[in-house]
Amino acid sequence: MDNFLKLLEDNATLTHEQLAVMCKKEVGDIKKMIDQYEKDGVILGYKTMIDWDKTDREYVTALIEVKITPQRDRGFDRVAERIYNFPEVQNLYLMSGGYDLAVLIEGKTMKEVAYFVAQKLAMIEDVISTATHFVLRKYKDKGVIYGVVDVDERGNCG
Amino acid sequence: MIDYSSVLSKTVTGLKKSGIRKFFDLLNDESMKDVVGLTVGQPDFVTPWHIREAGIESLQKGKTYYSPNAGFTQLQLEISEYLKRRFDLSYRPEETIVTVGGSEAIDLAIRAVVEPGDEVIVPTPSFVCYAPIVRMCGGVPVILETKMENNFKITADELKSAITDKTKMLVLPYPNNPTGAIMTREELEALTPLLRDTNIVVLSDEIYAEMTYDGEHCSIASLDGMWERTILASGFSKAYAMTGWRLGYLAAPAPLAEQMLKIHQYAIMCAPTTSQFAAVEALKNGDEDIRMMVEEYDRRRRYIYEGLKRIGIDCFEPKGAFYIFPDIRKFGLSSEEFCNRLLYEYRCAIVPGTAFGDSGEGFARISYAYSVKHITEALSRIEAFVKAL
Repeated sequence: MDNFLKLLEDNATLTHEQLAVMCKKEVGDIKKMIDQYEKDGVILGYKTMIDWDKTDREYVTALIEVKITPQRDRGFDRVAERIYNFPEVQNLYLMSGGYDLAVLIEGKTMKEVAYFVAQKLAMIEDVISTATHFVLRKYKDKGVIYGVVDVDERGNCG
Repeated sequence: MIDYSSVLSKTVTGLKKSGIRKFFDLLNDESMKDVVGLTVGQPDFVTPWHIREAGIESLQKGKTYYSPNAGFTQLQLEISEYLKRRFDLSYRPEETIVTVGGSEAIDLAIRAVVEPGDEVIVPTPSFVCYAPIVRMCGGVPVILETKMENNFKITADELKSAITDKTKMLVLPYPNNPTGAIMTREELEALTPLLRDTNIVVLSDEIYAEMTYDGEHCSIASLDGMWERTILASGFSKAYAMTGWRLGYLAAPAPLAEQMLKIHQYAIMCAPTTSQFAAVEALKNGDEDIRMMVEEYDRRRRYIYEGLKRIGIDCFEPKGAFYIFPDIRKFGLSSEEFCNRLLYEYRCAIVPGTAFGDSGEGFARISYAYSVKHITEALSRIEAFVKAL
C-alpha cells in the first residue's frame, strides 16, 4: 500500500492502466483504491511542480515563525485553522522548539507579505509574536531539485 | 614509414569490432538528437548520495594513494560479508580481489585459466566480451546458443554436447544481458553433475545478481561441490548505480585468486582508491538503495513487457537484469534491418540481437533503465513502426 502511494506521490501522471501493469493489479482495482484513498482523505490532490523562477511571474516567499498562546480545550488547532484559511498561506506546521507555528506564505511583493504579517497574522488574538524570514532561493521542494534540468548524459556503453 | 599491419598483433587485428559498438556509433551522430533510445546498458539512477559523499570525503581527506593490490582490507571484508548476507556464499576476505569494474574481473578470470587451444563454453546471446578475451588468450570460444523456447537458459543436454576433453571453462552469464534470463537453483543443479568431477572452471558473471525479480538470485558457487571450481565476477556498477566509478570484484578459492591477483598486480596495480572508499559505504549502508532501485526496475519491467505484448510483439518475460529481448522474427526482417528501419524511419533506437552473438538474430535488446514517460514514447514509436510493416 505504501509502495503504491509512494509511486503515485512521485508521479501523479501515471494512468490507471500504467499503474495496474506496474503494480500487478487490475485497472478496476486501481480505480477503486484511488477512489477509496480520495474518500478517506489519504490522497488530497494532484499538483504540478513548477519552477516559477523560470517564468515572468513575480512573487516572494516568506517563512514566518509564530509564537501563540494555546487555547483551552482546542490547543493550537483553533489558531492554526484561522491562519491556514488565508489563501496566502501555502504551508503551516506546528513545531517543537523555539516557536509554535511555521507559516510559509507567498505574496506578489515584499510589501504584500509585510502587510499580511502586520495586518492579518499579528492581529489574530493569541498570536504573541512573529519573525519573518524571506526566502532568497528555492533549491529543493518535495524531493525535486530546482534550477537543474534533467539531461540523460549516459553514454552508450555496455 | 612504419607498417602498422606488421606491427600489430594478428590476434588483436583479427578481433571483430563489437556489434554493439557499431550500432552505438550510429547513435552518436548529430543527426540522431531527436531519437528516443532504449539502448543504454546502465542504470538511470545516480549513485546514492551517501555513497558519493564517502568518495568525496576520501578526496577531501587527501586519501589519494594506492590501495593494496587486492583492494583495501576493509572493502574485501565488506565484500565477503555481503556475499554471505545476500547469497549465502563463504569467501574469506583474501579470496576476493577488487577490480576495475566487472569487466576486469572477467578478463582476469579468463586470462588466469585459459591457455592456447583450451575451449571455453560461451552461452549466447550474452555480453560481448567473453569470446574476444578467450581468443586473446589463444583459447577457442565454443558458442552454446541458448533458445527462447528454453527461456534462454542453458540445459543439461546443451551443456553436455558442448563439453569436450579440451573444455577448460564455462561462462555462466546470469542474470543475462541481453535476454533478461535467470537460472534458478534447480536449473543450476541440473548442470552441476556435468561439472562436479571435472577440471572445468565456471566463470559466473553475476553483475546483475541484485536485479532478480520474482525470487532470489542463486549463485552456482553455493551449490554442492561447485564453490571450489567457481570464479565469481561481480561489481558495483549495476546494483549501486556506480558504472562510472569502475569498480568490481572477484571471489574465488585461494589457488585461483592468488594467480588472478598476479595479473592484476602487473596490469592494473590496484582499483581506483576513491571508488573503493565509496564502495565500502555502499556495502555497509546501501541495501535499502538496492531495494528501492530494484522495485522501480521491476515496475518498468512489467510495464514494458505488457506494452510489447499489447503491440503484438512476442516476448520472453525477463526475470533479471534490466533488459527485455523481444522476438521480432514474425516481421520478416533481420535484426539489423528491423533496428535500422526503426531508427531511421521512426527515430527509436534499440539494439539488434545479433550484437550479442549470432543466436540473437530475430531478436532485439531493449533496455528499460529509463523513465516510464520515455518508455511510453518509445513504445508508441515501435507500435507505429510494426503496424506499418
